[in-house]
Amino acid sequence: MEFGLLQVWEGGWVSAIMRGAAITIAVAIAAMIGGFVVGIICGLIKWGRIRPLTYVVDGYTAVIRGVPELLIIYLLFFSSVEFVTRVATAFGYAGLADSGYAFVIAVIAIGAISGAYSTEVVRGALAAIPQGHIEAARALGLPGPRIFRRIIAPQMLRIAIPGMNNVWQVTIKDTALVSVVGLQELMRTAFIGANTTRHPFIFYLIAAVVYLAITLVSQTGIDQAERLLRLRSRK
Amino acid sequence: MDLDLIRQAVPVLLKGLNVTAMLTFLSVAIGFNLGLGLAIMRISSNRFLSGFAKGYSTVFRGTPLLVQIFLFYYGLGQLPLVKDNAALWWVVSDGARCAVLALALNTAAYTSEILRGGLMSVPAGLIEAAQACGMSRVLRFRRIEFPLAIRQALPAYGNELVLTVKGTSLASTITVLEVTGYAKRLMSQTYAVFEIFAIAGALYLVTNLILITLVRALERRLMRHQQR
Repeated sequence: MEFGLLQVWEGGWVSAIMRGAAITIAVAIAAMIGGFVVGIICGLIKWGRIRPLTYVVDGYTAVIRGVPELLIIYLLFFSSVEFVTRVATAFGYAGLADSGYAFVIAVIAIGAISGAYSTEVVRGALAAIPQGHIEAARALGLPGPRIFRRIIAPQMLRIAIPGMNNVWQVTIKDTALVSVVGLQELMRTAFIGANTTRHPFIFYLIAAVVYLAITLVSQTGIDQAERLLRLRSRK
Repeated sequence: MDLDLIRQAVPVLLKGLNVTAMLTFLSVAIGFNLGLGLAIMRISSNRFLSGFAKGYSTVFRGTPLLVQIFLFYYGLGQLPLVKDNAALWWVVSDGARCAVLALALNTAAYTSEILRGGLMSVPAGLIEAAQACGMSRVLRFRRIEFPLAIRQALPAYGNELVLTVKGTSLASTITVLEVTGYAKRLMSQTYAVFEIFAIAGALYLVTNLILITLVRALERRLMRHQQR
């Protein structure tokens, strides 16, 4: 037991790691949903080349995809921490800055990152829809919103699934980065455990195994979902 | 933005850019060769070799780079095996060397997947023709398979290079002062968060732009038979 397995078991770290993993998954899911909404809006703008807005979206995706995620997290965290603390203290919640707030910033940061990647996926999926379908719908006199709901959205979602799967894998791994600003997710829990017990090897190994389990399980789930969807469309 | 701040921050961040470039160069140089080896292992008919390559890429692509870096930097030094081996200890004891190790192993996993896709896209007829000409295995790989595979893989590999540049920012978490490390320090010293972010971000964007342009130029050169 020289690697500290015993300390992990006796120190109650198992439940702490489980809680950390739950927070990691919560951040990833919330960021993924937010990112997908951003992705649909920005993807539509980019696809339609809506004039002034498309430049903003181009800049957004170029910056997020070219600048390290860590730097973006530092920007959002450092620029907001002072502001939030001041507002929270003014309203009498001085403690807010160390509890729920880190989670919100983490979701915003990771969501902004996954949003940029989702934008590219959505734009690619929209471009893959045959132009004739939309022209046919227009020729039938369908109003714009209904063309989107009945013709564009169903096809776009199906084409986007493999791409969104990739974005999800990247998003889960990106959540580890928010540990540097102090949110107690899986990575942060492993960090604290490693420092407290002085057994870093076993703690980071456990963290790696848990991340691997999360990515592999979600991968299998998504593959299954993809197969189901494909089967239904064949009938 | 005030000019004093820029005059103070730019030289510091440029110093960091040197370190970032060094980290990228070393880890790409090591990672590409490892990735090539893994890709060849992956497509070999030996089940042990291809299984190992597959497991390697699953593990390194399924866990965050930050976990790998921390595991190597903080974790490996604890093992007696590493502690007693002078060469291994030399690597693990220093943040920059450790970051190169983690980045190289990480990018090798992604590179192996990209190159495997390239190698599998080489038409079987060309390989059979080379075989029929009596080319040895090594010659066949060097003259036929690899040049064709790299052409196919180059666009995806350009993206991987950008990801590696972005990955070097994580070295700042294990005491290496590169662009992100200096940027974080400047942010907490000057409180000019946006300005520092803009300068550091611009450095990364320019670096990535240069890399992508180089890859595109290489791609055009390799594909020059298709231009008319």
